[in-house]
Amino acid sequence: MSILVHKNTKVLVQGITGTHGAFHAKGMKEYGTQVVGGVTPGKGGQNVEGIPVFNSVAEAKQATGANATVIYVPAKFASGAIREAADAGIPLIVCITEGIPAIDMAKMKEYLASKKVVLIGPNCPGLITPGECKIGIMPGYIHKPGPVGVVSRSGTLTYEAVWQLTSRNIGQSTCIGIGGDPIIGTNFVEVLALFEADPKTKAIIMIGEIGGNAEEEAAEFIEQKVTKPVVAFIAGSTAPAGKRMGHAGAIISGGSGKAEDKIQRLRKAGVHVAPSPAMLGETVESVLGKVYDQEPGSRV
Amino acid sequence: MNIHEYQAKEIFARYGIPGHKRAVASTPDEAFEAAQKLADAGHYFVVKAQVHAGARGKGGGIKIAKTPEEAREKAAAILGKNLVTPQTGPEGKPVDKVLVEATSDIAKEYYASVVLDRSFAKPCLIVSESGGMNIEEVAATDPSKILKAHFAASAGLDPAQARRTADRLISDPAKAKIFADIFVAMAKIFVDLDCSLIEINPLAVMKNGEVIAIDAKINFDENGLYRHPEIAALHDPRQEDPRDLEAQKHNLSYVGLTGNIGCIVNGAGLAMATMDIIKYAGGEPANFLDVGGGANKEKVAAAFRIILQDPSVKAILVNIFGGIMRCDVVAEGILAAVKEINPEGNSLPRNIPLVVRLEGTNVKEGKAILEKSGLKLEAASNFEEAATKVVAAVGAVA
Repeated sequence: MSILVHKNTKVLVQGITGTHGAFHAKGMKEYGTQVVGGVTPGKGGQNVEGIPVFNSVAEAKQATGANATVIYVPAKFASGAIREAADAGIPLIVCITEGIPAIDMAKMKEYLASKKVVLIGPNCPGLITPGECKIGIMPGYIHKPGPVGVVSRSGTLTYEAVWQLTSRNIGQSTCIGIGGDPIIGTNFVEVLALFEADPKTKAIIMIGEIGGNAEEEAAEFIEQKVTKPVVAFIAGSTAPAGKRMGHAGAIISGGSGKAEDKIQRLRKAGVHVAPSPAMLGETVESVLGKVYDQEPGSRV
Repeated sequence: MNIHEYQAKEIFARYGIPGHKRAVASTPDEAFEAAQKLADAGHYFVVKAQVHAGARGKGGGIKIAKTPEEAREKAAAILGKNLVTPQTGPEGKPVDKVLVEATSDIAKEYYASVVLDRSFAKPCLIVSESGGMNIEEVAATDPSKILKAHFAASAGLDPAQARRTADRLISDPAKAKIFADIFVAMAKIFVDLDCSLIEINPLAVMKNGEVIAIDAKINFDENGLYRHPEIAALHDPRQEDPRDLEAQKHNLSYVGLTGNIGCIVNGAGLAMATMDIIKYAGGEPANFLDVGGGANKEKVAAAFRIILQDPSVKAILVNIFGGIMRCDVVAEGILAAVKEINPEGNSLPRNIPLVVRLEGTNVKEGKAILEKSGLKLEAASNFEEAATKVVAAVGAVA
């Protein structure tokens, strides 16, 4: 078990003929992901790395039975690409693209509200179920199948956390980068609900950062609905107010979005907040040890 | 991206938001002439320093003048100087222009802004009867004084919703109508021009009954600027830290801080976490710097140059988690960058200690390249060790 993606997920790559699209399509395929097709308008009939290219998502879906898509098109065209995938009835859309205007995403959220679609991102590394399916740009080899669900607003900091786990021989159920933009398709709360419902996930790592109040909303949800142990780290304790820290959404504005407030709220909800990003692995290890003590025979 | 008040007021005027009669001046004489031309429009003049920072009044950047001669004097006192306000930092921001406005007495001040509410994924109008004050303080001390109206980005703010909000703010129906029109216009500007903030503080009812946007602040979403070349052209590099400009030129994400440990990291989250762990280990980070996904030699060299411009930097930590970016390529980049900025030596200039932590794709090859090079550096094998070593290096220098 895992969440959202598994070995039978059939993936399209929108923007497959671009530099990034082609590079990552190859990486995903090499990892073992079923990359069934690519989409670039006007380039239907070509193939990239042995993957057939179609002119539209609808055409590609009909020909391949794809049930997920990943978007590598430039920011100007990315919201159009999301819309096209949603209209074609693709239930899982992963948008890697960075730099989509926030207003476009606000309009996109309105548009998707009436559709049965999960959008991950934009401005994210994607998601991976180790050993089964990788959709995105993360290095596959640092992951290992296992019991920890990982959800994060960051890219490389997630790799750091995953690597600390794998180095301790602790595997992951699914790892999801939800994205660093102010408006994203799927937030912590939705992913936490999926991990809570997934029997294979025994513990959860949540990596937040300054800006917005998604972590506070997550804390509220954890308090009420999550029974599994949650370990967290919030990046940006040392970030000054009013400055954007790389991610479009990582900014303390109007006195809200501070790391300190998020950490306090999460601790109040019973979350194990690691004081240093280097302590995520050992914190999970100790938390998992307690889970296994309570559930004899559950060690995987 | 920020723009000046006078530029924001030009945009307001295009959308029908009322302001004072005004003119921009770059010299005291221009301020005098501007005031002369405006002499009939109001009872007196206000001369306002045009800088990208708030709390200008507290820094002495907003002056009242009774006559055009006095406007010239007041302009002379602030033009060409750096204005220091609680929001600028100690070095201040250069005043290249002043805005001269004909003004009169205010009867009551209100507050109005439009922002993106991330929780709702919608833009939101925020208004208050407590204008002219710090709205965050109002929100903290008396939240009942703040009214919010969310609206769909695709549809804009509905005039009826705007009117209902205005009616709760002001009882005079004629003025409520003007307020509502202003709110609808603000919402339209926000969506049309890809703004991240529009703020009028104060929005004033004057003693003569007029409604006037006394101040005007607009911030833009950088990601939307490609659609608005006319807005992008308003960028004023003189209002920015030269290190920020250098970083922008190389597509690096940089924020200067007050500590003495320079950081070069790939990825925004890891870059923030690196600052945090330095602090946790007892040090102080000098900057945030994300070299991004494709950190080639040019980018790494630019990153070193920007950080080394800061005289307080006593040591540098390079923390790279190679994913798509391979550690051997990063290692070559570090060597080439150091050679470029210090061709004679095998270390950073001023013998600044360098701690490098590489992890991820091709890490062995990367480490071997650094080791073989003879470059003076300390290698760290994990995140924590990197922080401890760089903090110790600073301690040794001091």
